[in-house]
Amino acid sequence: MQRNPQLNAHGELQHLLSIEGLPREILLQILDTAESFAGVTEREVKKVPLLRGKSVFNLFFEPSTRTRTTFEIAAKRLSADVINLNIAASSQSKGESLLDTVANLSAMQADLFVVRHNASGAPYLIARHVKPHEHVINAGDGRHAHPTQGLLDLYTIRHYKKDFSRLVVAIVGDVLHSRVARSLIHGLTTLGAPEVRVIGPQTLIPAGVEALGVRVFHAMRAGLEDCDVVVMLRLQNERMNGALLPSAQEFFKHYGLTAEKLAAARPDAIVMHPGPMNRGVEIDTPVADGPHSVILPQVTFGIAVRMAVMSIVAGN
Amino acid sequence: MRILIRGGRVVDPASGRDATGDVFVADGRISQAAGEADRTIDARGLVVAPGLVDLAARLREPGYEYKATLESEMDAAVAGGVTSLACPPDTDPPLDEPGLVDMLRRRAKALERARVYPVGALTAKLAGERLTEMAELAEAGCVAFSQANAPLPDTQVLWRALQYAATYGFPVWLRAEDPWLARGGVAHDGEVATRLGLPGIPVFAETIALGTLLELVRATRTRVHLCRLSSAAAVDMIRAAKKERLPVSCDVGIHHVHLSDMDLGFYDAHCRLEPPLRSQRDRDALAAGLADGTIDCAVSDHAPVDEDGKHLPFAEAEPGATGLELLLPLALKWGRERGLALAATLARVTSDPARVLGVASGRIAPGAPADLVLFDPEAPWRVSAQSLRSQGKNSPFLGYELAGRVRATLVAGHVVFEQP
Repeated sequence: MQRNPQLNAHGELQHLLSIEGLPREILLQILDTAESFAGVTEREVKKVPLLRGKSVFNLFFEPSTRTRTTFEIAAKRLSADVINLNIAASSQSKGESLLDTVANLSAMQADLFVVRHNASGAPYLIARHVKPHEHVINAGDGRHAHPTQGLLDLYTIRHYKKDFSRLVVAIVGDVLHSRVARSLIHGLTTLGAPEVRVIGPQTLIPAGVEALGVRVFHAMRAGLEDCDVVVMLRLQNERMNGALLPSAQEFFKHYGLTAEKLAAARPDAIVMHPGPMNRGVEIDTPVADGPHSVILPQVTFGIAVRMAVMSIVAGN
Repeated sequence: MRILIRGGRVVDPASGRDATGDVFVADGRISQAAGEADRTIDARGLVVAPGLVDLAARLREPGYEYKATLESEMDAAVAGGVTSLACPPDTDPPLDEPGLVDMLRRRAKALERARVYPVGALTAKLAGERLTEMAELAEAGCVAFSQANAPLPDTQVLWRALQYAATYGFPVWLRAEDPWLARGGVAHDGEVATRLGLPGIPVFAETIALGTLLELVRATRTRVHLCRLSSAAAVDMIRAAKKERLPVSCDVGIHHVHLSDMDLGFYDAHCRLEPPLRSQRDRDALAAGLADGTIDCAVSDHAPVDEDGKHLPFAEAEPGATGLELLLPLALKWGRERGLALAATLARVTSDPARVLGVASGRIAPGAPADLVLFDPEAPWRVSAQSLRSQGKNSPFLGYELAGRVRATLVAGHVVFEQP
């Protein structure tokens, strides 16, 4: 097997493609760096010059507003030049191949590619073909990984719970299609969370997921019992009525997070969601807006985390 | 042309013979009595064996000449010691009309390299709806009928196709894969696919389809050859079916004997194969089943794919691996790993597939066609884009060093490949 393609010869982060396989030290370095940037985002002048003169290309082969925007803000706060490309609507429809698109942008002197693609592994293909000084950050590939989301989730958990070593974390819903779940699971197991659970109907739990170090639950009440952290996953519209689930209503009844179901968790449990939320499908409005919810702080932390990732890879 | 092959280690898997000796070739056949030779080949230090018989090699003609041409792939065949090959009907258009089959055979014959045995389409356009004119196609030279990798979801059509083929005694070659269960999948449904976020194909996509096929064989008594088994469970089912004396045979792709889903690594598109590489336990069962004869033969499942077809995210990459030049070294590697005698190893790529194909090649005996391969079993070579003659450079073994180098290949008594 090849060596981890995210790390350079010195074991430093060259690209961020997945949380899987990253050593604990690198995860902590990112979280600590993000913490130092959190102050910057609260200042009146919200800029640091770390990426001055660098070009960041946001390559989004799949539509996204939130992730693209937070990457853009993060890059601008690091003083980089940001170019947003919505490729779904341009060259791919003209038949240009993924690698040709990247080669063309590379010829425009890119330093950092932020890539979102609907095919699992696409950022690995790009990382294999970029020039040595260029960096690739995975902003979500298929159902494989969304490492910056995973890192901001870890940041949020550390912010509220301080320490991972006693935590029970439940990830609820469509684990099968979720890159967010996979990234968070790897992050939590690397940082030593003793119990990570996934909860969902059998149709939405992928084969062999136990091998990632999680316990599988199919019932909400049992799964949420004594949890410190509850992470709700987004259920895509197209998966609500078909062979995987009969209806959004039935899903909400059994797996939607309501105050009543949340009562099984610890009284100081926090509730997270990667957004965008489907209120009334995976989460009830009183919970989404309630005292346990840290969903909006997640978004704020996301900017600091993405600043940290960009400054670290660009510095290596 | 009369050729004396002198002093080689003559291995004939059909009889189990493995001894140093001479082989004399006259008039395209292996001859009993050695006479005056026009040419003598010094085979000292080399194995002299029947040429390989490969039941699945895509030559990409007609229709996919940008991936490979008949010339390039026939060169690759003889360079790999393959002297007979069956080509699946998944060309463009598919081999569903006698004219296409006839043209392919003529073109192949004119090249004077390996013998080509076309496998006809079982249904028109491989669409799984209407039967082809099998009798006409057989007359044009088709040796069997198949859907290649195209699905045949309608079991009514499948049943009728088997009945119709049985009427004429035509063998039917099928892959066992339930198209609904396999839909959208690109990797073995298990831990690796879950980690990589790749849609999975469960083992029961194979066993359910295999169960259906075996039940239809029981009912129709059609001779069915099952192509490219991929799971331990399927090997067990075939073992039971053979015990029951159902008229079935089967093969495995040579890559599946060596690789598992772990080899996908970080999305190596060269490991995107049909059927998917499964778990290490499945791979071990395939290797064992091939050794004990449950699996009749190993095939290259040769599928040249151009670079553009592989330089894509894993799920979007075109499936398949180049294999004609790897079949011999990978079979030797498998035999060594299992501690098999050389004759037993070679049987799975010579006499056994020849038996499935129903041809006289695949053995070294007086009167048999002089289709021979001379190879150095120990000589190492590195698999690379340069060393492969096939136009397809798509191999999971790129960069690997493999033992077993072909020095000469004879087809019908003619030296069609030589390399010092």
